[in-house]
Amino acid sequence: MIELLKQPWPWYTSGISIAFIMILLLVYGKSFGFSSNLRALCTLAGAGKRVKFFDFDWKTQKWNLLFLIGSILGGWLSSTVLKNEEPMHLSAATILDIEKLGVAFDGQMNPSAIFGADFATSPKGFLILLVGGLLVGFGSRYAGGCTSGHAISGLSNLQIPSLLAVIGFFAGGLIMTHLLLPYIF
Amino acid sequence: MKGLKFILAGILFGVIMSKSEAISWYRIQEMFRFQSFHMYGIIGTAVIIGAIAVFLIKKFKIKDTDGSQIVLQDKKKSWPRYIIGGSIFGLGWALTGACPGPMFVNIGYGYWSMLIVIFGSLLGTYLYGVIRDKLPH
Repeated sequence: MIELLKQPWPWYTSGISIAFIMILLLVYGKSFGFSSNLRALCTLAGAGKRVKFFDFDWKTQKWNLLFLIGSILGGWLSSTVLKNEEPMHLSAATILDIEKLGVAFDGQMNPSAIFGADFATSPKGFLILLVGGLLVGFGSRYAGGCTSGHAISGLSNLQIPSLLAVIGFFAGGLIMTHLLLPYIF
Repeated sequence: MKGLKFILAGILFGVIMSKSEAISWYRIQEMFRFQSFHMYGIIGTAVIIGAIAVFLIKKFKIKDTDGSQIVLQDKKKSWPRYIIGGSIFGLGWALTGACPGPMFVNIGYGYWSMLIVIFGSLLGTYLYGVIRDKLPH
């Protein structure tokens, strides 16, 4: 069993499991949306004293923060007991394309060329990761949700606003990938 | 402990996202370059099954574990916040390869540099809270 779980999971297993989590949270009386945690974390850090948007009872999001803690544990389990030692099977075309950007494919989960200590602690690398995160945090709150809240929960509930948000996610992602990345790395 | 079920659900989420490589910068690049069906398969399957489940929950008025009927809130109808906010999100998603969930899963996986991305995302969330009254929604 554990050997089977160690293999990379096919897309359908993952898709079915993500739907299962969304349904499970609905049955628990909650709504699947991860980026709400970022707001709750700002409130926990005391942002509610200065900015009205953060002046809410973060305890209503306690369940979500526990979910966040679980997700970190899940990542840890996957890199230890469930670790698959084989290199990732990335499409050959992607490997060529990102090499042109100067990002070498190393077969790991994430490129050491970006997330390795050398690049991440260089002024340029630090700034790229910081600004990238800032765009995600700002954009998800502005749009009122991220991939889980809009693409999964919202689309499952046939919400047109969520469809607009997902179109936005892709518009931004395509602009970054095809127009901006060549100038960044 | 009442909170345990949420931690367990989170663990399952972290394992799914890791084992299907949805937390990988490489996979997100592959998706935005249309060079693999993988990510589309994950999101597509989740949405189709999710939509059927939501339909059934509404049709049979299914109750949650507290005994109240499950209600799914409609998102507020407008377009600027979704299109503009969504696009800003997308720029960051393609750059860091991480949306909010995978950022934290990656910390557990051992990618400590993701803490910089998380710190940035908290700054971004804070910045939104500060200027939200000036933004078109």
